[in-house]
Amino acid sequence: MSAPLLSVRGLRVGFAARRTGLASPRQWHAAVDSVDLDVADGQAVGLVGESGCGKSTLARAILALETPAAGRIEWRGKPVRRDDAAVLRGLRREVQVVFQDPVGSLDPRMTVGESVTEALEALAGRQARDAAAARVSATLEEVGLDASLAIRYPHELSGGQCQRVAIARAIVARPKLLICDEAVSALDVSVQAQIVNLLAELRARHGMALLFISHNLAVVRHLCEEILVMYLGRIVERAPREVVFTTPRHPYTRALLASVPIPDPTGAAARPREPLRTVTDTALPPPTGCAFAPRCAAADDFCRGSSPSLVEVGAGEFTACHHWRTLGPWASPRSGREHGPLRKTPRE
Amino acid sequence: MAALIAIVLLIIAALVGPWLSPWQPDQVDWSLNPLAAPPSLASAHWFGTDGNGRDLFVRVWQGTRVSLLVALLATAVSVVIGVAWGATAGYLGGRTDGWMMRVVDVLYALPYMFFVIILTVVFGRSLWLMFLAIGAVGWLTMARIVRGQALALRRREFVTAAVTLGLPAHRIISRHIVPNVLGTVIVYATLTVPQVILFESFLSFLGLGVQEPLTSLGRLVAEGALEMETAPWQLLVPASVLALLLLALNFLGDGLRDALDARQR
Amino acid sequence: MEPGPLFQIHDLAVDFATPHGIVPAVHGVSLEVARGECLAVVGESGSGKSQLFLGSLGLLAAGGVARGSVRFDGRELLADDGEARREVLGTRVSFVFQDPMNALTPHLTVGRQLVEVVLERGLMGRDAARARSLEALRAVRMPAPESRMGQYPHELSGGQRQRVAIAMALMTDPDLLVADEPTTALDVTIQAQVIEVLRDARDRGLAVALVTHDLGVVAEIADRVAVMYAGRIVETAPVRELFASPAHPYSAGLLASVPRLDASRELRLQGIEGQPPRAGANDAGCAFAPRCPRTQPRCRQERPSLRLAGNRSTACHVPLAGHEAPAGARGAP
Repeated sequence: MSAPLLSVRGLRVGFAARRTGLASPRQWHAAVDSVDLDVADGQAVGLVGESGCGKSTLARAILALETPAAGRIEWRGKPVRRDDAAVLRGLRREVQVVFQDPVGSLDPRMTVGESVTEALEALAGRQARDAAAARVSATLEEVGLDASLAIRYPHELSGGQCQRVAIARAIVARPKLLICDEAVSALDVSVQAQIVNLLAELRARHGMALLFISHNLAVVRHLCEEILVMYLGRIVERAPREVVFTTPRHPYTRALLASVPIPDPTGAAARPREPLRTVTDTALPPPTGCAFAPRCAAADDFCRGSSPSLVEVGAGEFTACHHWRTLGPWASPRSGREHGPLRKTPRE
Repeated sequence: MAALIAIVLLIIAALVGPWLSPWQPDQVDWSLNPLAAPPSLASAHWFGTDGNGRDLFVRVWQGTRVSLLVALLATAVSVVIGVAWGATAGYLGGRTDGWMMRVVDVLYALPYMFFVIILTVVFGRSLWLMFLAIGAVGWLTMARIVRGQALALRRREFVTAAVTLGLPAHRIISRHIVPNVLGTVIVYATLTVPQVILFESFLSFLGLGVQEPLTSLGRLVAEGALEMETAPWQLLVPASVLALLLLALNFLGDGLRDALDARQR
Repeated sequence: MEPGPLFQIHDLAVDFATPHGIVPAVHGVSLEVARGECLAVVGESGSGKSQLFLGSLGLLAAGGVARGSVRFDGRELLADDGEARREVLGTRVSFVFQDPMNALTPHLTVGRQLVEVVLERGLMGRDAARARSLEALRAVRMPAPESRMGQYPHELSGGQRQRVAIAMALMTDPDLLVADEPTTALDVTIQAQVIEVLRDARDRGLAVALVTHDLGVVAEIADRVAVMYAGRIVETAPVRELFASPAHPYSAGLLASVPRLDASRELRLQGIEGQPPRAGANDAGCAFAPRCPRTQPRCRQERPSLRLAGNRSTACHVPLAGHEAPAGARGAP
């Protein structure tokens, strides 16, 4: 097995929490705590978690936008450090990102064409004017936009179109890894589907690796081969796609799966409900023990005292739960009706 | 809109006006007795004359030109320095920002009159000195405003995107921060111009402004104030033009700010 | 109480005056909510679904004008200068916004805000109001309700704030709750709890009008669904029938676009080509025609009207199989 493109080990990235009073010092908390992550060449990895779990901070650390407090990030085997300009340059050329807010991620004072050209020149060096324009047009077409839109400004385009521009900007220099940070969460559902399909296509065509960060499990399932579940800064489960959905091995994963509303009124009644013990959503992990213990129905004193680490429980399956063996069977929802693609009206 | 028209008219008047009159700015009309004459159509002194018999119509427009010139150039100086300083401080943030803005704070604390007087004493009175003196004071507020905008812009996603492209800081500041603060800068510049004109008028009032035979609106007002009781037109005319100019500039600035706010939505 | 639907909107139009002219957000929409029923209004950006309810309750932003008839329990809400609306809104009809910070005042405690809802209307005394607040917090499954009363909104998480907003809406024991995207800003585990809260309320007899774009949420609690596109209703149906057999191509397209946990993996997500129309577009013909895979020439020329067929209605010239209107069907009133 070849070495992975991206390798993260024991990463810790912190932030200073809000003061409780004027005189008390700011407490340091880990937004990302002891995270290990690998992305192989061409692989699509999904990172799932709710707000505050640290997934965006993790993405920023990988992009060298944050300095980690501990741990290592390696790109192609070389450690990534913010003070090493040469390594950073290489990283930037090969790792690009698409953000959540389609309109906000584009400079409102630059046309679409200018934004994409800027990316091309920053990452691939100065180009001859014609060559650059041709490449930009080709990339716009590749993401499903008419090349004539290059002269437009972001506020003239719809959310979906802006996100396509952001994708064009990210792929114009042919990165090896594309990080999508909630890239489809702000889009209408019909447009979301288009962008998800686009990402899958681009990945197939360019052999690009994908790190897809989202809170939407269903979307992640369509795109990613391996899924990591994150809770309060820690990875709590990691497994190949279908395993996560058929045999989840962490109570949080189960809670997530049970909470996702399924668009099926008949199936809705027959779903397993994983009860969450307390109803609060906490922002900070407890000082000792498993971070999920306060909300976990299966938690006991052992869980509260000792923080579980990620252990391998099957082929490529990892979980961070003391009681993963005794979690009980899981029935994943099966629907009665599937909605196929709309067909064109047959000739009368 | 009306403000824009008013300003344009004033500028045209300032440029064209003197051509319409038979009199020169320095020309003394020896035929008058006394030398200071009220406005009359017969003598072609439409605004009257000043204490030395010089036609006021022509001098008012000359004064307007000088005032506007000083104001525009000084504002330009303060914009250039202020934007560069503020955008850099705001974008870089942290300690650099802290030091840069402390410099601004210190300069703010200096009494500017004192500063200008010293400069005038050392370098003599000249138009270029006026630009420098006023510009040197004006950039401070501009820097503060721009720095505030830059701080807010720094957090926007398109700036993060530029960072992930590996662009160096100076490129990001010049290509992304500055163009996006220009809207605010233009608005505040149009509001700075009246302040500069007033400042210049104040200096002239004190006798520190432009030298004879050049005049400015401020000088004219100062001279006219001395003759307020005997020759009221000498005060009224330049003061009215000054007031009109300032009013129009303020309205223009307000209008620009409203228009730009709406576009932000 | 009068017989008939609890809440009835008839031919409502909402327009906004902008510097660029009049922008219509809603064109002549009619719908009803029966007592104790949960009606979900589904649509994407520019569909007008939020403006529909904001307009019917007089909550439009500046520049917005609503025309048409809105009846609550038989009483016309839009006609006069707002007296009927003021009486009804906040007592018998409550509104829950998408962003709970819109409903909560940052500088007042939770308890104070809850109590004020009923005190201001003179509905009960202070002690009774306090007791009722605790009851409302329990109804929304808020942990440790007594201690919550003394907390400020910023001390609560997003999910807790939304629950407080719902509790405020329930304080006056309303007959109708209008919720505008109540779960959109929430994490999925919290969303599940808020859905339970809404379900509980419905079980107690509360009618709910739910505005959302999330079809999963619709499947969980709605009884009937109205689908909106470009300011008009394009389909209404009972929830099971809509999901099992949508009539309008847009509804079908929406359903096919939603990524689902229960679908087989190979099924490719089927988006709808193009993008939702900009607000205010009002071209001839069907608004969905540019994106519809079933378009006929007639669709671009003649806008389809909403046709009633049993307990469903559809506005389409080429509805999906099984829903063709019989010849001579009357349009909906």
